[in-house]
Amino acid sequence: MKDAVTHYCAGCGHGIVHRIICEIVDELDIRERLIGIAPVGCAVIAYDYWNFDVTEAAHGRVPSVATGIKRTRPDKIVFGYQGDGDLAAIGTAEIIHAANRGENITIIFVNNAVYGMTGGQMAPTTMLKQKTATTPLGRDQKIHGFPLRVCELLSNLSGVMYAERVAINNPQNVLKAKRAIKKAFENQIKNVGFSIVEVLSPCPTYLGLSPQEAVKWVGEEMTKEYPLKIFKDIT
Amino acid sequence: MKEEIIFAGFGGQGIMLMGKAISYAAMSDGKHVTWMPSYGAEVRGGTAHSMVIISDEIIATPIVKEPGICIVMNRPSLQKFETRVKENGLLIVNKSLINIDAERKDIDILNIPATSMASELGNLKVANMVILGALLARKKIASLITLIDALKDIFPASYHNMIPINEKAIRKGYEYGSR
Amino acid sequence: MKKVLMCGNEAIAEAAIIAGCRFYAGYPITPQNELPSYMSKRMPEVGGVFIQSESEISAINMVFGASLTGVRAMTSSSSPGISLKQEGISYLAACELPAVIVNIMRGGPGLGNIGPSQSDYFQAVKSGGHGDYHQIVIAPASVQEIADLTMLSFDLADKYRMPVMILGDGILGQMMAPVEFKSLKSKVKSFGKKDWILDGCKGRKPRIIRSLLLAEGELERLNLKLQKKYNEIKDKEERCEILYGDDSKVMLVAYGTPSRITRSVVEKLRKTGKKIGMLRPISLWPFPEKEFKKLAKKVKAFLVIEMNCGQMVEDVKLAIDCSKPVYFYGRSGGQVPSESEIIKEIEKIYE
Repeated sequence: MKDAVTHYCAGCGHGIVHRIICEIVDELDIRERLIGIAPVGCAVIAYDYWNFDVTEAAHGRVPSVATGIKRTRPDKIVFGYQGDGDLAAIGTAEIIHAANRGENITIIFVNNAVYGMTGGQMAPTTMLKQKTATTPLGRDQKIHGFPLRVCELLSNLSGVMYAERVAINNPQNVLKAKRAIKKAFENQIKNVGFSIVEVLSPCPTYLGLSPQEAVKWVGEEMTKEYPLKIFKDIT
Repeated sequence: MKEEIIFAGFGGQGIMLMGKAISYAAMSDGKHVTWMPSYGAEVRGGTAHSMVIISDEIIATPIVKEPGICIVMNRPSLQKFETRVKENGLLIVNKSLINIDAERKDIDILNIPATSMASELGNLKVANMVILGALLARKKIASLITLIDALKDIFPASYHNMIPINEKAIRKGYEYGSR
Repeated sequence: MKKVLMCGNEAIAEAAIIAGCRFYAGYPITPQNELPSYMSKRMPEVGGVFIQSESEISAINMVFGASLTGVRAMTSSSSPGISLKQEGISYLAACELPAVIVNIMRGGPGLGNIGPSQSDYFQAVKSGGHGDYHQIVIAPASVQEIADLTMLSFDLADKYRMPVMILGDGILGQMMAPVEFKSLKSKVKSFGKKDWILDGCKGRKPRIIRSLLLAEGELERLNLKLQKKYNEIKDKEERCEILYGDDSKVMLVAYGTPSRITRSVVEKLRKTGKKIGMLRPISLWPFPEKEFKKLAKKVKAFLVIEMNCGQMVEDVKLAIDCSKPVYFYGRSGGQVPSESEIIKEIEKIYE
């Protein structure tokens, strides 16, 4: 991890997930054969913090870029870092097909139920009744459809070897998240196949909450829609 | 010399293969050659055709609108292409599968029961080669030997056991066409 | 290896393999399907990667990923699919990644038809994605030239680290003609070690390949750097073929399939004593402006023949600063101009 001052908002979960990834990279000693792919969204400049080779994909295309890298350089460790808009809206086709092909890559999916970079609009994972810049009266399923459950969806695909949802709302869960993400990297090292870890993460700025309240909301509200569990593990 | 040929029939009759075989033979003889299929949705269910041009000079467009030689393997092809054949051109009709007569008086028409002849050889599929043999008897666009040699190039290795019967079909067609 | 009979689509694929292309991703669309089929067979034979992707968008982004590891990579499609690839091409240009993109054009707009066409000229030469960028555009006119120029396209992509588009039409893709690959094998070039790729930061500082440049002035600096490169390309890489450039009164201008028909027209009319010539652009970007400027001093008029409603004709006018009359004849929607139609157009302007 680089010694950089964070650009993320106070209470944002991205910093924690970045830190987890960097710790695991050192623990598994894979830094020198690692290629990370940053998404479009708040985490687009993740390379300001990550001290290894990184590229940046067009919005939603992380799984395709990862496929191109991993297939040509199967000896490298390739991971994609995606937000909820990137993975579950504009990049739905790419993630489903990369998963279904069983690409031997690791996807870290950060779900904070809102678009951050563009100013707090509705995400595919926005909760029902949640107010955002484009659902001022709250998300209404009749108008906006339902929250999209990514792990539930992907775990049905034969190409997926490991799918787990974790949260970073308290220290115990952060440790669990780290264990899950580590396993997702270990799977790739062992050529097991496609692994995805969904991380429920707070966005206090666009939830209109304090950092403490946002963490509480993730633990008490988000987990009702998005239960924390291992959805699939055939490693 | 410049010959513009259309091969037409329905899918499965080896229409594309006929064009390729004659193209390969002409190429071996050192001619300029182009082969162009009718492609896409047009092919499905209806007639398929391929266009071949063999020339001493560089070929401009591979599209053949008015062929000097036209081979029709089924009835819809006859109906579609008979009127397009150039005056004094050659029309070869697979009489086994076409129960109507070509009507043009200003062209040379060769009726040949290619499918029946192929059947006598024991394989209906070589009707296309019977026709090619007859074509070479009427028009010296390639030699019989180069055409037979070309079979090795156009058939994948796994079908090379089929070359003898194809050769027989070519020779039988050539005899018929020479009459 | 002796001459073989191959369609243009297959010739591109085989030449790409010879050029060292080891990654192909694409999505089926007529009239270029022979290319991915050929790749699906050949790539495993040479230890390369073939992927039939879920969309053209995914394919171009897979190419992006493969290219940034230093592998020669390619995708192909036809008009509607090429529209979908524009986003990815813009990112390739911004990140200075080499790639070869093949567009075997069909009739448009919309779903159009599958007939041969040159309806994507503007999109190709003006660059259809967002932002201030260019791609090199190469326009072959025969199956042999398709093979030769595919080799060149990979070299140019590596040399200038940018996307190169091979622009063909349905006829060139589908047409079979004799082609010979032997001489190509000795021409494979390497532009040294690629010192910009991502392959893990072993023994070096980490690298970043990105196109988001937020710092004050950073993006303009990239744009100016790209422009400098583009100017160098304009200087060095203009390519064309000229027939009867010395004494022609009317210069026909055509590329791809129409240039084949135009060539035949020129030779026929020359036999009747008419002073007609042809300029055939081989690089559409950079457009062969230098040769146009020279010819503009000698000829009385230009007649542009295209399989569209008039696109390249604008570049001809620009290239000669409208110093001579520029006429146009074209057919569109999958139709091909005939020799007699072109001769009729020449008769209208030839005195």
